[in-house]
Order: sequence, then C-alpha cells, then structure tokens
Amino acid sequence: MSASSAFSDDKAGSASEPEYGHDPASGGIFSSDYKRHDDLKEMLDSNKDSLKLEAMKRIVAMIARGKNTSDLFPAVVKNVACKNIEVKKLVYVYLVRYAEEQQDLALLSISTFQRGLKDPNQLIRASALRVLSSIRVTIIVPIMMLAIKEAASDMSPYVRKTAAHAIPKLHSLDPEQKDQLIEVIEKLLADKTTLVAGSVVMAFEEVCPDRIDLIHKNYRKLCNLLIDVEEWGQVVIINMLTRYARTQFLNPNINESLLEDSSEKAFYASDDEEDEDKKAEAAALVKRKPYVMDPDHRLLLRNTKPLLQSRNAAVVMAVAQLYFHLAPKAEVGIIAKALVRLMRSHSEVQYVVLQNVATMTIKRRGMFEPYLKSFYIRSTDPTQIKILKLEVLTNLANETNISTILREFQTYIKSMDKDFVAASIQAIGRCATNIGEVRDTCLNGLVQLLSNRDELVVAESVVVIKKLLQMQPEQHSDIIKHMAKLIDNIQVPMARASILWLIGEYCEHVPKIAPDVLRKMAKTFTNEEDIVKLQIINLAAKLYLTNSKQTKLLTQYVLNLAKYDQNYDIRDRARFIRQLIVPTDKSGALSKYAKKLFLALKPAPVLESPFKDRDHFQLGSLSHLLNAKAGGYQELPEWPESAPDPSVRNVEVKDSIPDWSKCTSRKDRKEKKLDKPFYSDSEGDSGPTESADSESDSGSGSESASASDESGSGSESEESGEETESEKEEEDEEKEKKRKKRLDKTKAKKPAEESAERCAIHTSYQINTFSHFAQTPVSKQPPKQSKKESKKETQEMSLLDLDDFEPTPTSAPVTPVNFLSSSLVSDLEGLSLTDTILAPTTIAPSGSIKMYELLHRITGEGLAVEYCFSRQPFSPDPNMVAVQIQFTNNTNSETKNLHIEEPRLQSGMRIREFAEIEVLAAGESVTVVMGIDFCDSTQAANFQLCTHTRKFFVSIQPPVGELMTPVFLTENDFKKEQGKLMGMNEISEKLTLGEKCVNEHVIVERVTATANLSRVPCGSDKECRFAGKTVSSGCLVLVTVTTKEGGRAQLTVNCEKMVIGTMLVKDIMQALSQ
Amino acid sequence: MIHSLFLINNAGDLFLEKHWKSVISRSICDYFFEAREKAVEPDNVPPVIRTPHHYLINIYREKIFFVSVIQTEVPPLFVIEFLHRVAETFQDYFGECSETTIKDNVVIVYELLEEMLDNGFPLATESNILKELIRPPTILRSMVNTITGSSNVGETLPTGQLSNIPWRRAGVKYTNNEAYFDVVEEIDAILDKSGTTVFAEIQGVIDACVKLSGMPDLTLSFMNPRLLDDVSFHPCVRYKRWESERVISFIPPDGNFQLMSYHISAQNLVAIPIYVKQNISFFETGSSGRLDITVGPKQTMGKTVECLVVTVHMPKVVLSANLSATQGTYNYDPVTKILLWDIGKLNPQKLPNLKGSLSLQSGAPKPEENPSLNIDLKIQQFAISGLKVNRLDMYGEKYKPFKGVKYVTKAGKFQVRT
Repeated sequence: MSASSAFSDDKAGSASEPEYGHDPASGGIFSSDYKRHDDLKEMLDSNKDSLKLEAMKRIVAMIARGKNTSDLFPAVVKNVACKNIEVKKLVYVYLVRYAEEQQDLALLSISTFQRGLKDPNQLIRASALRVLSSIRVTIIVPIMMLAIKEAASDMSPYVRKTAAHAIPKLHSLDPEQKDQLIEVIEKLLADKTTLVAGSVVMAFEEVCPDRIDLIHKNYRKLCNLLIDVEEWGQVVIINMLTRYARTQFLNPNINESLLEDSSEKAFYASDDEEDEDKKAEAAALVKRKPYVMDPDHRLLLRNTKPLLQSRNAAVVMAVAQLYFHLAPKAEVGIIAKALVRLMRSHSEVQYVVLQNVATMTIKRRGMFEPYLKSFYIRSTDPTQIKILKLEVLTNLANETNISTILREFQTYIKSMDKDFVAASIQAIGRCATNIGEVRDTCLNGLVQLLSNRDELVVAESVVVIKKLLQMQPEQHSDIIKHMAKLIDNIQVPMARASILWLIGEYCEHVPKIAPDVLRKMAKTFTNEEDIVKLQIINLAAKLYLTNSKQTKLLTQYVLNLAKYDQNYDIRDRARFIRQLIVPTDKSGALSKYAKKLFLALKPAPVLESPFKDRDHFQLGSLSHLLNAKAGGYQELPEWPESAPDPSVRNVEVKDSIPDWSKCTSRKDRKEKKLDKPFYSDSEGDSGPTESADSESDSGSGSESASASDESGSGSESEESGEETESEKEEEDEEKEKKRKKRLDKTKAKKPAEESAERCAIHTSYQINTFSHFAQTPVSKQPPKQSKKESKKETQEMSLLDLDDFEPTPTSAPVTPVNFLSSSLVSDLEGLSLTDTILAPTTIAPSGSIKMYELLHRITGEGLAVEYCFSRQPFSPDPNMVAVQIQFTNNTNSETKNLHIEEPRLQSGMRIREFAEIEVLAAGESVTVVMGIDFCDSTQAANFQLCTHTRKFFVSIQPPVGELMTPVFLTENDFKKEQGKLMGMNEISEKLTLGEKCVNEHVIVERVTATANLSRVPCGSDKECRFAGKTVSSGCLVLVTVTTKEGGRAQLTVNCEKMVIGTMLVKDIMQALSQ
Repeated sequence: MIHSLFLINNAGDLFLEKHWKSVISRSICDYFFEAREKAVEPDNVPPVIRTPHHYLINIYREKIFFVSVIQTEVPPLFVIEFLHRVAETFQDYFGECSETTIKDNVVIVYELLEEMLDNGFPLATESNILKELIRPPTILRSMVNTITGSSNVGETLPTGQLSNIPWRRAGVKYTNNEAYFDVVEEIDAILDKSGTTVFAEIQGVIDACVKLSGMPDLTLSFMNPRLLDDVSFHPCVRYKRWESERVISFIPPDGNFQLMSYHISAQNLVAIPIYVKQNISFFETGSSGRLDITVGPKQTMGKTVECLVVTVHMPKVVLSANLSATQGTYNYDPVTKILLWDIGKLNPQKLPNLKGSLSLQSGAPKPEENPSLNIDLKIQQFAISGLKVNRLDMYGEKYKPFKGVKYVTKAGKFQVRT
C-alpha cells in the first residue's frame, strides 16, 4: 500500500474508531487520540524496559485492531536495538507493519539488522534476516540481495532456511532480481538438510516454477528427504514433484487409457466410427513398446506413500493427487482409504476433500465403491456437505448398488432441508438416466413426489421428470396428463415452464388437454414470469401447427399479448414466431418448414456431473476447487510422448563437504586439504622426493585422463590390489604417485575446475583409506609400526618430544595432536596426521573426515575456525570424543590468548579444553585437540571461544557416527553379542543400495565414513559386519549389512541405546542409498 | 501464500487483523459478509470465496470465523489445515479459543501469529517450539511479570527448531516422570427406523500426555494391532516400524498431543451398545403429535452406559412438548426446535422412557418428515472395538516412568432415523 492510501486509511481509521472501541481499555484512549499517543511516546523514550514494553504492547494491540499508529514510527524505531527481547520482538512487528509507509525512517533500523546478520548465534542471524527481508523498502534491495546470498551459504541450516524464505519476499519487492535469485535458489536446492528443502521449493514455486531443469539433479534427494521434511514443506514439494514427473516420465496408464478412450467414445459414437477407432487404437497399440516404469518414477511413488498416514490433511491430499495424476491405475486405489478418513475432519476439510473425491469418482469409480457408505448423509451435516456427498453417491451408482443408493435417497427426500431435497431429486434423475434398469422405478417414484405437499419438491420433480420423459415419451402419456393437471397448483416458474414445454412437445399424446392448458395460460399470461411466458408462446406455436382449428384464435391472442410485453425478448420471440407460423403473402420459404422446425425430434438431455472434466486442473488445487484458473496456477503438463533423458537426474557422488564451504576462502581451504596428507602410509617416505616421483611416473600414459576418471579406475584397481599384502603395498605406492601427479596437475588447473577436481580427489582418498582398513588389522600391525617408527626417527625428531604420549595397546602409534606445542603443529601437521593413519585398528578417516566450520572467517573477524572429528582416542579421558580444531588467522595482526570460556552444556556433558594458544601470528594456522564427552547424545556442546579482544559463541554438534569408537571383535564374539541385543535393541531396515555401491568395498567404505566403527571379519561375502562402542558409556554398537540380489540390502543395527541405533540406521541408510 | 488473517465473530465484528505481506484493507471482508448472509447458517459459508483480486479461505471454529486472504494459487487444504492449527494453538495457550480470550491476550496472539507464518508460509507450528519462543500465560506468570517487568517471550532461543526432532524441546526435566495414554473411540452410526444398522464404523484416537525428562524413546504395542483398518500418526511416529512390526515407536513431544488416530470400518461388525425404540407421529387433524422414545442396552459387554443424551431436531411447526420422562430431564427449546433429553446412567433393569404429546402450530399442515434422533453416550474403561494396549517400553533414559492407559467409548455421529 502506498503512503497516500495510508493517509486515507488514517482518516478512515479515526472515523470508525468508536465502532471498534469495544475494549474498555482502548475505548477511552482513542477518543483523544493524539494526546494518548504522546503518552506512548513518553513511555517509549523512557529508559525503563517495563514502560517500553507496556507501550509496545498497547501499540501492538492497536495494530491488531486495525488502528493506525504510524505517527509513532520515529519513537518506536529508536528501540530497535533494545536489549529486552520482548520489546525487540514487538518493535519488529511494528516495523514490518509500517516500514513500507515510512521508508526513510525505516532505513534507520537497517544497520541494527546488518549487525545482527553477523552475529555468531545462528538464531539471531536468522531473525535479523527475517525482519530485514520483511521490510518492504525498495532502497534496501541490494542490501537484502547481499544478505540473502550470504545467508544461503551460512553454515547453519536454519539460517539457510530463512534465506529461502526471504527469496520470494525480495522477488515480490523487486522482480528484476529474478536472475540472481534463481542462482541462490539453485544453490539452496542442492542443500541436503530437511530444514531447507521445503522452504526452497516454496521459493522455487514462487519465483521460477518453470525452471524444471533446476530440479533434475535434486530430484532423487528431494524424494528421499521428503518423509523428514516438515509437513508444510511436504505439501509444496509433492505438488511440485507432481508437475515435474508429468514432464519427465511416461504415462503409466498409456495402454489402458487407449482402451478407455475408445470404449468411452463407443458410447456416443456411431458404429462405423467405432470401427475406425478400433483400428486406430490397434495400430497405436502395436506402435507402443511395453511400458516400463522409470525407477525414478517408482521412487517418487514409493516415498510419498507413507505420507498418506500423515495427520495433516493437506499432506494426505497432496499425496492423493500425486497418485491420481501419476500412478498406474492399479495402484491409485490406495488413496481412497486415506481420503475417506479425512471425511471425519472439520467440515471445511470435508468440503474440499469431497470436491476432489467427486472429480475422482468420475474417472475412477471403482476406487471409492467399497467406501460407499462413508458418503451416507446425516441430517446434521451442513447443506453444502450434503450436496457434495450426494454428488459422490450419484457418481458411484451402478447396476449393482443402485437399489441401496435409491433406498438411501428415499430417506433424503424426507429431509427438512429443502435445498438438499431438491438436490436429491436431481440426483435420482441422474441415476435414472445413467442406469437404464431403474429408469421406470425412478420415474414412478418421482411421479409420487408430484403429490408432495411441498411445492419446491414438486417443482424439482417436474423439472427432472421432464428430462426423463424426453427419453421415451410415447410410453408415458399418462404422466404427461397428470402433470398437465398440476399446472393449476404449481407456482414455481421453472416447473410451470417445464410442464408447458412437455405439453407442447408431446401435444399429439395429449390432444384433448393441450388446447385447454393453452386457454388457461392465455388467461394468466400477463402475470407469468418471463420463462413461463416464453413457454406459453412456444406451446401456442406448436399447437397452432398441429391443431390450428382449435387454437388459431388463442394463439393470435397470446401473440398479441406478447407483442406489447415489457420484456423485449418476449416481444422479439412473438414477432419471430408470428412470421414463421402464420402464413401471409410475404412469408418466405421458411414457413413451409415451420412444423419441422418446431417439432423436430430433440435429443434427450444428458444429465452429467458438474465435476466432469474438472480433472484437467491439478487436484487439490484452488483452481480445481473453483473450476477456474487462479492466479499463479501452474498447468499440469500432459504426459510426454517419449520420455526425456533420465540420465539428467544422475548425480555424481560429490565430496561430503557441504556447499557452504566453497564460499569461504575456497583456495585456502583447498590448499589446506592438500597439505594434509591423510591418506596413506607411503606418503611419509616419499615426502622429500615427491616431485621426482611424480615426474618419473608421468610416463604412464592413460593417466592424463581427467581426474574423475582416474578415481573411478582407481577404485577398480584397488579392489584387485587388496588380495595380497605385497600387491597392496605396490598398489599403494602406485596410487600415491598418481595422487601426487594429480595434485600437481590440480595446482595448475584454473580455479573454476578446482571444486570438481577436489571431489574426485576425495573419492580416491577414500578408496585408499578403505584399502588400509580392509586388511586384517592385527597381522598388519608389526611391520607398519616399525616402518613408522623409523620414519619418525629419520625425519622428524621433534615428534618424539611429545610429552603426554601414552601408547595404548590397540592404538599404540597414535600421536595425539593436541599435545604438540602450537609452533610445532603447523610444521608437523602433515606428518602427524600421516602417522595417525597408521594406527592399525583405527579406521583411517582420510577423505571421509568432514571439516565443519566453527567460526566463519567473516563472523570471526578474520579468525577462521574449523573442526573435525579426528576419530582418535582422547587419551586424557577415554570417555571423550576427540575434536580437532584448526585456527587460521586471516588478519594482518596477531591474535592472542585463544581459549575456551563458559561452556554451556547439557547435563552430564563434559568438556576438556585445549591449552590456551598464546599467540597466533597473522596468516598462520594452528591445530589443537579438545575432548568432549557428549554423553552419547547428539546434543550440541556450546561454549565461547575467546581471543584477547573478542568472544564468539560457538557450538559443536556431533554426527551420531562420531560418538563411537571401534572395537575389535571376532566373528563368534560378534554373534554372541548380537544375540544379547535382540528384540527392541535391534533395528532392521531394508534398503536399496545406491548405484555406486557396487561391491562390498564401497559398502565398507561408506559405513566407516559414516560411523567410527571397525570391521569384523566375516566368512560370507554377502555380509559386512562392523563393531564399535559408544565413547561415553561403552555400549556396544553392532552393524550388519547383508546384500541381496538386485542391489537390495538389509541393514541391522544392534545397540542398547535405541536413539543412537535409530539415528545410526538413518545415517547409514542415507550413505548407502546415495 | 497466506496474505492476511481476519478474525470475525458471529455477530460480524472484525476484532483482529494480521498481515504478513503488504496491508490489505479490511473492506475485503465485505465479500465474506455477503456470503455469510447468503448462507444463513454459519456452517454453510463456503470455505473458499472468490473476490475480483483475492480469494478468501475461511474456517468457522468456536464461534469465530478465521478469514484468510490469499492472492495466488495454493492448495485450499493447506490454508484450512493451517487455520485450524492456529485455532488449536490458541486453545492450547489460553485453555479455550474464544473471542474473549483472544482479545485478552491480543499481544501473545500477535506474537504467535508472527512466529507461525513468515511471508505467508508456515514457519513454526509445533506447539513445543512455540512454547519455547513464547511462554503461555498463567496467572502466576502474569502477576510476576507485572511486578518484575519480565516478559513472556522466552529468553532462550528455540533449539528445537534446529534439531531433526522439531516437535520435542530440549532439556526437559520432571521430578515425576509420567506417561498417560487415553484410547478414545467414537462410534459413528446410522440406524434406520427398524433399528437395523445402515452404517457403522469406529473412529479412534490415542491422546497422550507425556511428561518425561530427557529424550525418551517410547514403544507402544497393542494386543491386537490387526484390528486397525487405517491409521494416521503424529509426525513423531516411525512409520516404518509400524509397517514392519505393528508397534508404535516414537520420541514423544513434551506435554499433550494426539499420538494417532485410527479407523475401524463397517466390515469388522461394529458393536452398537444401545437400541432405541421410538415412535414420533403427527396427527392429520388437531395440530398435535405424539412422541414415545425408549432406550435400552444392547451390546455393552457388561459395562454401564453413562452420560446418555438424546437430541431431536423437531420440525419447525412444533410449538411445545408436553412429555414425561421416567428418568432424567428433558427440555424443549421452541426457538431452535431442539428437544434434549438428558438421561444420565442407563439402568438395564428399568429402561428410561420419554412419552407425551407435541403441540403444533394450528392450521399448519402436518410435517412431511420425521425428525432423526442423535444419541450421545459414554462408556468408561472400555474400547468398543476391543483394542488393547499391550505394553509401553521406554528406551534412552534410565529412570522408571509412571505409565497409564485409559479407555473410553463415546458416541460420535450416532444417528437414529425415524
């Protein structure tokens, strides 16, 4: 609304004040408007929060009542930075309401939000973005755009969700930003969290619903996430996917629909037409290949089905329409039950559902037939519901159930609700026309109704009988006679008109009565309604043609009356008919055919449902309900003739680093990653001769292929290489060289290619890792250890200085990084990590180690902090999870005194801080390790990270897989332990392995990447077993993956901790089905 | 999506408005008033009203119309379901959802509406999250607030919104850990004149009141889960477990919530607990009629039927009723034409009977139709379908919770045609 209209609003508002001033508190206030507002201003200017709060509450109450309080804007906006949360919130409410009208003043508040956008607390960032984007002030469009872009790469999914919400706001404010916004949408669509999915699809639907190409890559992800998305998001996603599927897949009913069409046509068409149809159809059938459903189409149907059980009616309806529009005929039936369930809900829900059911019953009657009785009508139903139920019952009527339905209708006719009775009579009429067997019964019943005391009932019956009689008039002259008698009593115009039409049309059947009726009508002509008058003229004309002897004068009289009627339609009709029927010298050729014109055989009317053909609108939509296109309605596309390329939906397995990492100093990060040689043992010794190695290796020709190719082939060679020890060693070295080379290559690549490259490298790292892991750990231990030992001695003496080094039997060679002095760490980073990899029973995390962002470079004012779960035992306290934290100082000055303060933890959680870092020079990085006891829960640990100048609130939330530590078990032990953890402690899920999960190795790699578990040797190659225990309480976690034919698999997790178990199942499922 | 919301009471007063996008003048509601007038009964106002530039989607609840304004295509059920969620939230916060409570708590209402929608798209609708953001008012708190000036807006930020179990708030603590489940079954039935069942089915819900500390993981199993024909669940229930094992496994929200609803359809032979013998007739002459109703127990499995109420919507011409009841009291309201007979407990030895004459408007023709009877009843400690909870197990927490299950059967839409 513009400022000028706000002004007029103001006036209107104050004028209508007394009318709304019911509230005693406000009643007095507003009679003396401005004085009172001065009060409020004073309160807002005071420095007491309670006064401000009181004032804001009153103002909001006024807004709620629709009063204009815009004159308070300057006083309110001052408080935007108020410390009190409630005051702040109410100010936001006010601001969003009036900013549009007071654009200049609103700008005063922007800086507060801009500050809020940089807050370390994700919820504050989110709310700042929310309010900022809700202020409809065009000047700040660039600021909003920036904020949205920034927030879209935020590490917090909640902030990203808010960014998605902000997109349509900005789009409606300034549609010119569309292209940029689409970029943001594209980025957010790739997001993997359920929190974001619903909101971004909503944004997609509002901004660029036609950009179906953006969905391809995210289609499978959306299908898989669907069940965990919040209910409102589900509705939006399902509706969008329905449209998507219509463009990408083939009609599953292609063969049936052909048959259906032809049989339908046969109903109306003549015989030879039908023959032609059959031929065409046969030809079409020959052309068609047998239909095979696209697996992605199946995925959508499968993943939406459980949502039919949602408590949210909108979700159920969304799934129902999806099935109706997309599922093979045989499967559509499952939605009926759920829709019938919704009929128990509120009457508004019933109303909408019944509308949709009515449409469905026309196309697929069989689906709802078993639920016929659920549509029976109660006298307490609202009339609009009754009428819709009646519609459904009529659609469901067929030869077998018609007798029960008619019996039911009979009771309805006795209802007190007259509108409903009229609708019931029409319904009977429709049943009679559709089902020939009961036509006579219905007709008799209706005739009986003609003696009903209620005129409305009689009138409605007459109208319906007229339609029925048209089908076979000759047998029913007595009914026509009976009706002719009724004309004296019935006053309802429509009924009178119907009777007159009937008598005129079939005047041969009632030759004696007809002229008499005309005589009566001529008498009352002037007092009749227009439709009745028209029918009187009609009757007169027909009688003149058939029986001019008796009726000539009457007709003349009626036509004369009509000539001077007020209504020009009637005058017109009279003139026209006179010319046509009364022969004069001037009358043309037409009058010869007058009889043919008037008494031609007229086709019987087809009584059909008003819901016929409504299904070209997407069911469940507003447009369907209104039977008219609503603004912004997206047409449901027709099925394509041939399926578009399904490979567009294939997604390459990307590295697990979430998108947001890209934007943060991409280059730095990448380099860091490469510096950190997680991967293999040969790394260490080849260190100094690296370049030489890679150069000498460059001869191996095929290697010059693209990086991703290499990683693919790499994995294959790895499989075979694993068979024997020696072979493996070689393989590793080979691998290493390849990697080096690739590394060098990468460095030379253009930045644009980097990210892709990185993915590829990651994959190969993972493969390397896995190969280590796949060996029997115990046997491998001694040689490796010695090798490592020697390395240490020769290369980096300093490693031996580690003071707290505590070798434990299982993880003897682990060098916990946290005990390195900070200055050393940066030097030794590479090596120390390399060493950890050698821990024989530890699963080397390598590429699967996710770096999480703790503090963004920007929010940290130059200090970037990342962390990862290093999967090392935390030696000071074995019940803690080791978290490796890396600080990078991106500023130009030193950062001092890095330490942790004020941990705010859930009860039972403990934290062991790292030693304070005294100085971190500009441009330097340092890595430390801290321990957190998460108490076996995925609750976040919150604490403050302090430097000598600033404090940052940060939190670390562990994925469930990081809450455990590997345990070595033999096959027998495993079975024994598993036996103890049956029943409720066992969670078993079936899954379909992702395309890349081609063999055991990939499965092992995926599982160990997801959770810190060790593999248990196993005799069968169909089974992979893993064992671990939770870090805090030491509960065993046993995982079994059994593969079956055709990429199916069964995942079993045994764990005493149900929550951990369930979460783990979910994570592993996701990892395996990707 | 949802542009604005107007709350209008039964008398047609617009008492609250809220806009999530640009302000829409309240004159848009004129279209609604027009439709309201045309519909006569508030039940019959079409849920979707078309205006030249907008669409009004409304619901009628607790004598309040929630009228929302939308501008573009949106699934109507989406809006309707959301509006009902709003009404439920008010009920949850203020005990009841009425014009008075809304007016009394207008600031909280406004804050709630602000949180529930962002730019017209639902943001936080889970009661557990909302309660963390905005604390519900209590007498004690409002007193404390006025004295100390503290607020009812939560100081903590809603962490639940961020977790993957958004329905449960974090850090729940109780000294008494308890979990109660009410199995409530309603019989929907239509009986015809002769007493035969035209249609009957059972609609059940399981309402839960769970006050457990920490993150409990509950599993509820039934003795006879196969009875259930069709189910729908609270989002917390793991659907896969139900599919495979027919147990209900969930991490509950904190406080009161509806765990599931189910449906047992006519095929399973629904037991009808009572029978009704009735004879209502009107005489051709003399402007009078006779009424005789007897209620008796049928299939009650030895339980007593309580709170038995018979409601009859009389034809418009019935002026008054002169009846005598052997048990309970009756009342005929000549304005609404509703005859209400409150029987109370059903005594199988001495069947309650209501008998007497009806006087009609003189001169008016005898009514064509016979009124149908609506029955209300309650049977405690008994689920008519025979559904039984087998056990409730808790995982993930160490304490021993107190558990309880209660059954009750009620009449839903129970109608006897005459």
